[in-house]
Parts: sequence; C-alpha cells; structure tokens
Amino acid sequence: MADSIDQAGEIRSYTMNFGPQHPAAHGVLRLVMEMEGETIIRIDPHVGLLHRGTEKLAESKPFNHSIGYMDRLDYVSMMCNEHAYVRAIEQLVGVTPPERALWIRTLFDEVTRILNHLMWIGSNALDLGAMAVFLYAFREREELMDVYEAVSGTRMHATYYRPGGVYRDLPAKMIQYKESRWHKGKDLKRMNAWREGSMLDYLEAFARDFQHKVDEYEELLTDNRIWKQRTVDIGIVSPEQAYALGMTGPMLRGSGIEWDLRKKQPYAKYAEVDFDIPVGTHGDCYDRYLVRVNEMRQSGRIILQCVDWLKKNPGPVMIENYKVAPPKREDMKESMEALIHWFKLFTEGFSVPAGETYAAVEAPKGEFGCYMISDGANKPFRVHLRAPGFAHLSSINETTAGHMLPDVVAMIGTYDLVFGEVDR
Amino acid sequence: MKRVTEYLKSLLLLELAAGLWVTLKYLFKPKYTLRFPMETIPRSVRFRGLHALRRYPNGEERCIACKLCEAVCPALAITIDSAPRASDGQRRTTRYDIDLFKCIYCGFCEESCPVDSIVLTDILEYHMERRGENVITKPQLLAMGDRFEKSIAANRAQDAAYR
Ligand code: SF4
Ligand code: SF4
Repeated sequence: MADSIDQAGEIRSYTMNFGPQHPAAHGVLRLVMEMEGETIIRIDPHVGLLHRGTEKLAESKPFNHSIGYMDRLDYVSMMCNEHAYVRAIEQLVGVTPPERALWIRTLFDEVTRILNHLMWIGSNALDLGAMAVFLYAFREREELMDVYEAVSGTRMHATYYRPGGVYRDLPAKMIQYKESRWHKGKDLKRMNAWREGSMLDYLEAFARDFQHKVDEYEELLTDNRIWKQRTVDIGIVSPEQAYALGMTGPMLRGSGIEWDLRKKQPYAKYAEVDFDIPVGTHGDCYDRYLVRVNEMRQSGRIILQCVDWLKKNPGPVMIENYKVAPPKREDMKESMEALIHWFKLFTEGFSVPAGETYAAVEAPKGEFGCYMISDGANKPFRVHLRAPGFAHLSSINETTAGHMLPDVVAMIGTYDLVFGEVDR
Repeated sequence: MKRVTEYLKSLLLLELAAGLWVTLKYLFKPKYTLRFPMETIPRSVRFRGLHALRRYPNGEERCIACKLCEAVCPALAITIDSAPRASDGQRRTTRYDIDLFKCIYCGFCEESCPVDSIVLTDILEYHMERRGENVITKPQLLAMGDRFEKSIAANRAQDAAYR
C-alpha cells in the first residue's frame, strides 16, 4: 500500500491478489487485480493451480480407463463429462448404444444439470450473503445424489457411462432409510415415502415435487431487493460480446441468444423430448440467474418424460459387441469365448480405428467437448477437452473491469466456475 | 396507480417477508438432518467403498492371481506378485497390495475379476493414522472379506441380475 502513494501524496492504482485461498473463489482461483480505490481497472486470472494433466494422462491408458477421470474434471456435473468422452469414442468406433441406454443418459444428464445448478444457486447466493438458499439447495442435491448412488454406487464420481451404453440397468428397488432411535414408525414412513417403489418412481416423485422447491428458491431470491441490488446490471455481456468471447451455455443464453446443443445438434434422445430453452434479455447476472432457474424447471420436465419412457420400455442397456463391451458375467463363467473376450477387453481394452472426432454435449455450464485423435491403438493418441469454464474465465477482464470489488464475487458466481475443468 | 402500489410494496418489505415466511415454515417442519454417527443415510447395494478379498464357502481364497484387476486399474493402485503355492502348486498371489491413496474407487477391479474375489464393500468410514497404512495388504484384505462376507454376499445377490 505504501508504494501506491507517491511523493506528492497522490493515490495511484494498486495491485491486489484475490485468492488462491479465498472462500469466494470457488476453488483455487487467483485473480490479480489492478484497483483504483474499490474500482477494478484490470483483472487478470491466473489458472493452473489444479492442473492434473488429465489430457496427457488419457494418452497413457486404454480408452475405458479414463472414464473415471472425466468425472473429476467438472466435479459437479460428473455424468455430462463422461457423456462427451464416451460419445467421442463411440463416434470413432462407430457403435450406437441401445435405445434404453440413450434414454438413461438423457435422464442422467438432466439429473446432473439439476445437481449442478443447485450447487450454483447455493454457492452464488451464499457468496452474496444469502445462507438459507444454500441449505435448501443442498437438501435437494442430497436426494439426487441418492439416485446417483443407486445406479452407480458412488454419490459423485459415477464412472457409469461406457462406450456402447451404460454399465448397469436402473435398480428396481430404491435404497431406504433404516429405523433408528430417532426415526421410526410414522416418521420413518414419511422419510421413505418416495422410496417404496423403484428408482424411477423415486425420480418421478422428486421431479414433481422439485417444481415447488424451485418456487421456494425463487421466493427467496427473485424479488429480493438485496439479491437484485447485487446482480441486476452487473457484468452485462452483449450478444456480440458473448459470441466473440466464446461463451456457451447459460452465459450465452443470458444474453438472449437461443443456442443450446440439445436443440441445435441433438444427441442421445434430446430430439424426442419436449422442453424450452430459456433466454435472457439483458445479459446481466440477474438474467443468467433467471435462465438457470428456468433450466432447472425444464430439466424437471425432461426427467418426467424420460421416466415415463423408461418405465414402459425395458431392454438392454449395453451393446452386444464383445469387442467393445464385456459379455455378461454369467456368460463369462460358462462360455470359453466369452471368457477370452473378457480377458482381452480388461487387459488391453479395444482398439479404435484411426481418425479424429469431436463430440460435444450441453453440459450445465456450457459446451463440454472432447476432441479425440486415434492412431489405431488401444489408447487415444491425443485427447483435448473443451471446458466451458476455461473460455468463460478468460473473459473476466472484459466483463468485470470497471465494476467494484464485491461484484467480482457476483461474477465468479455467475460464471459457475469449477476449477477441476478450468485447469483440467 | 401502478407506481403507488409498487412503492407501497417496496416500503412494506413484502418480498423480504415472503422469503422469511418460507424459512419460518421450515422451522416447524420435521428436520431433514440425521444424527450422523448413530444413524446414517441409506447405502446402495452397489456402493463402492473399501476393498475386500473374498473366500469360497469352503475357506479357500477365491483369487487365482490372474492379475486382471491389476491390469484394469486406471490408477495403478494394485500390485500383485504370484507364485505356485508350496502346499499344492496352485497359482496364488504372494502379495496383493492396494494403495488406497491412489485408488479412485472406480470399481473396475471388481468388474473385471472373473471369480468375484476383489470386491468393493459398502464400508466408507475408515481412516489411517500413520504413513504407510494407506497400503493395505493381502491378509488385511482377506480379513475384511471374512468379516463382512455376509453383507458382501447379500449385496451381490441383490444386484446379480444387473451385472
Ligand atoms: S477401484 Fe479402481 S482405482 Fe481402485 S483399485 Fe479398483 S480398479 Fe483400481
Ligand atoms: S482379484 Fe480377481 S482379478 Fe484380481 S488377480 Fe485375483 S482373481 Fe484376478
């Protein structure tokens, strides 16, 4: 501070560090800010503190081995990352998963979207001073994580999607709370009310109830004057700017551009479900908030449609191409050929024809893409991951310069940054 | 007229009161939280927690040292040495180490094992106190399997149709 006052006693701009250990930085973000009083002149993001070399790591492993590492990129939208990766492999190998698997993927992409947006609404509100939303959002997250756990066995890093389908079919029984000293009788029955039937029944009950939960979040925030003072007219991004800065997802839609890969380049079963793309008008933090809240409602709608289809149409969830997908466990124990496929697949994986491809999904944060080159081996020659957060963060100087210091926190929240994917 | 109502609404803090009403209602609703160490959230039969090595009902260890799990492990967390067993010359592991710090709990080892030997149990509450305890050895893994065989088998049976 001393250097910022020169001999004549005039105050010049000074440089300040924000993070990497700042509670509002959403991870290990370091911003170097040039400030004039409380106004920001220039802001310079420093990334790479969470760099784990996922892309390079993928080059040293058979294709399937890296699925688990995709979960750990954007660790609040796990299955969407897996989706982009397995789609890239599928495009190169030239296989199409069975229909049921595609519906399951659609369903879980939307579950993931809600998970992500709940995390976003909670942390964004918490950063701007509203504690209650965070607690309510995490309650719903908990319920969806139980769904993750029911299908994949983990609450976050699922490793559930596979080239050629998904690992296991949806369970017929939902996990239930057990009796304890504090929860028994009627109380236990209330807690298990949704969990009596299958996992799909549970999700249906959740999706119906969720719309009311979103109403509650809106009640707490949408008209709230403090929330509006912190978000309206903060970080305005014009449509032209949004294009030029490579924005995707809610950042782009908040500026009024109706672009959504689920509609424009449908993958999985998005062409067959009915939903709207919410768009903003003004391109400020408040509009992006409205867009995301609305997306949660749309995701609820899509979930209901997927549940409906999945209930009516049982079937296989994995292709029966033993060059790519392992045979059934039972077959492996009886048939010699299946056993050979089994050993071959689990030791050296499968070889992918030489070529290159790009597969993108509409992840909750924007376009998450996987560019993959194969030279015909059982490992990728090169994997590049296009993370939406990276493109967004690089625009922070354009959007935030000229604002006050507290607005940086609002901006980080509205970018919905997760450093797992920014730094990869 | 509209401006007057807007002004009155704003003056009376109506939107803040609506928000507070939401939170007030929750004050009287049943609590969502559990008393953790005494009661836990339900755990799926597919849960992927701490590893264990299983035995056949006759007490013979299942593992045949095929090393599939070692090959499939993306984190290179498993280390296996094998040799013919002294007593009957069967191929068995002499060393089976899993480094829990490297493991990413992906479940591939269980998925690949042709004899259902290595499994991921539904145990998630464990800790290490000293450096080196993160590497669990074959006797420890077998002991885990012996101790929890009942729940391991029950969970596998429930999920058998999907695997
Ligand atoms: S769970 Fe995955 S990372 Fe852990 S030991 Fe098994 S294969 Fe390796
Ligand atoms: S645990 Fe299973 S996969 Fe691993 S070496 Fe033993 S038999 Fe093979």
